[in-house]
Amino acid sequence: MTEPLKIAMPKGRIFEEAVELLRRAGFSLPPEFDDSRKLIVDAPDADMRFILAKPMDVPTYVEHGVADIGVAGKDTMIEEERDVHEVLDLGISPCYMAVAGLPEYEKTDINPKVASKYPNLASRYFKEQGEQVEIIKLNGSIELAPLVGLADRIVDIVSSGQTLKENGLVELETIVSITSRLIVNPVSYRMKDSRIDDIAVRLAEVVEEDVR
Amino acid sequence: MTQPFMFEKPLGMRDTLPAYYQTKRGVADRLESEIGSWGYLPIETPALEYYDTVGRASAILDQQLFKLLDQQGHTLVLRPDMTAPIARVAASSLKEQSFPIRLSYHTNVFRAQQREGGRPAEFEQMGVELVGDSTASADGEVIALMAAALKEAGLEDFQVAVGHIGYVNALLFDVLASTDEVDNLRRFLYEKNHVGFRQHVKSLELPKEDENRLLGLLQLRGGAEKLEEADALVHNGKAAEALENLRQIRDVLECYGVEQHVTFDFNLVLHMSYYTGVVFEGYGSRLGFPLAGGGRYDELLEKFERPGRATGFGIRLDLLVEALGYTGEKPAQTCILFSRERRSEAVEEARRQRNLGKRVVLQDEDGVENVEQLRSLFSEWIDLNGTKKEDEG
Repeated sequence: MTEPLKIAMPKGRIFEEAVELLRRAGFSLPPEFDDSRKLIVDAPDADMRFILAKPMDVPTYVEHGVADIGVAGKDTMIEEERDVHEVLDLGISPCYMAVAGLPEYEKTDINPKVASKYPNLASRYFKEQGEQVEIIKLNGSIELAPLVGLADRIVDIVSSGQTLKENGLVELETIVSITSRLIVNPVSYRMKDSRIDDIAVRLAEVVEEDVR
Repeated sequence: MTQPFMFEKPLGMRDTLPAYYQTKRGVADRLESEIGSWGYLPIETPALEYYDTVGRASAILDQQLFKLLDQQGHTLVLRPDMTAPIARVAASSLKEQSFPIRLSYHTNVFRAQQREGGRPAEFEQMGVELVGDSTASADGEVIALMAAALKEAGLEDFQVAVGHIGYVNALLFDVLASTDEVDNLRRFLYEKNHVGFRQHVKSLELPKEDENRLLGLLQLRGGAEKLEEADALVHNGKAAEALENLRQIRDVLECYGVEQHVTFDFNLVLHMSYYTGVVFEGYGSRLGFPLAGGGRYDELLEKFERPGRATGFGIRLDLLVEALGYTGEKPAQTCILFSRERRSEAVEEARRQRNLGKRVVLQDEDGVENVEQLRSLFSEWIDLNGTKKEDEG
């Protein structure tokens, strides 16, 4: 009797997409998981256990080894800098990180402020650009910040650009493109290598098909 | 800064209460006895060292050092590891002793900037340094000793991943022209970012064959057959040297009978520049963090002006105890509760029992706050209260 492989995933759309990838890779997962409020969902046929977490927390569960593997956005990987293996680009939920502001935004030398849900990523990006800014950490609805004058720019995820447009903001710079990644705890990576390699190889084949 | 509450400790600092201490002590004793039986002599070095010597030479990143100033204004560091202090000792106090030198340590080390729980800023490490021996036998010995020590401590299910930085560099330099490019790619391995490694390799627009050789590096993980696969990827002197070193290490590990715990992993890059040859890391199935690690560092000793090749490992005692499962076992103790009138009788009884090797607490009944609670802490209890010795018959 082996322990099920523990997989940390964000709730919602990414979970659905990742589970679909696993199904296509030949893992026998039920057609749908009921009871959406459950935080731990078992898939005994595939010998897997899903741990449903906040997207930003997935790398934390994996780093501490309470999940063997996880599906995490590249945005959270850059922000959190967790000690985990990033083994595969799953290509799901593509989007990108961008700097945005009001259309009339002009660079100012007086205490430029940037609001973001990703303070580490944002501060590192502006340092690389040779610009010193003050970062204001927000937890959501980042678009508000320039509208109400809390900050003159924001750093946030853009997928369709619709949210920016609806709030009258424009994209100023693209920082990095983002997709979900398969991440692995460093100990599980060695101790459960055959199972995890099997998943990674089979997922890689499915992902390759999508690219073609 | 706000005033701390009276119960608070600085971030990342932990107390060790008796029950936990006992568990940890038991593990440490077993490790020490194994390491001692291989002839490594324990040493101690000061908790404070100069930043400009040990601080700079250490493998630990600058931002992880606790720094302070002495009265003359020198910057000091709390020792972040034991390898650099031992290199200092081997190059100074022990400089008349010819190589090789086998030393061991068991001490607490300090790492600052730990942002959250699960990452103590002070923890115990136990390990060895085999200084001044460049042979594969030495490399094999420290890996085998690490495995033997983990086994002796009671860890059943563990693996040691073994890589070789000499091979990684040989392959990267064989394909890439500049040191910067090599550093860039090696950093992806150091950060365990295989996705980034693949994307970067593809962005270099190398000839297909070279691209495949670099991507092939990511597949070099598994049993001894990977040594032959590694051989096929690169043909230059340095790679051949590294692989010959690993083949010999594999032989040594077979001699010691620990090869079933060892996998080869050429992606293992534990540090950007510190290690020069074989590197290895130990994992237990019950904990998500690596428990132990080490490798060959042939360039450290010369920083202390006695060039010498060296290899060693360190085991994180806190993590090992966690991986073994904290037992919370306290040693069996006897309590003799006495009244003042019968004190000399009680002392005599305690002496008799202590001579038998028992742990005996001698307690005046007037000094006890709660007798029932006290009684619950002991496996044996003797009442010697009242005014006089009770009748024998």
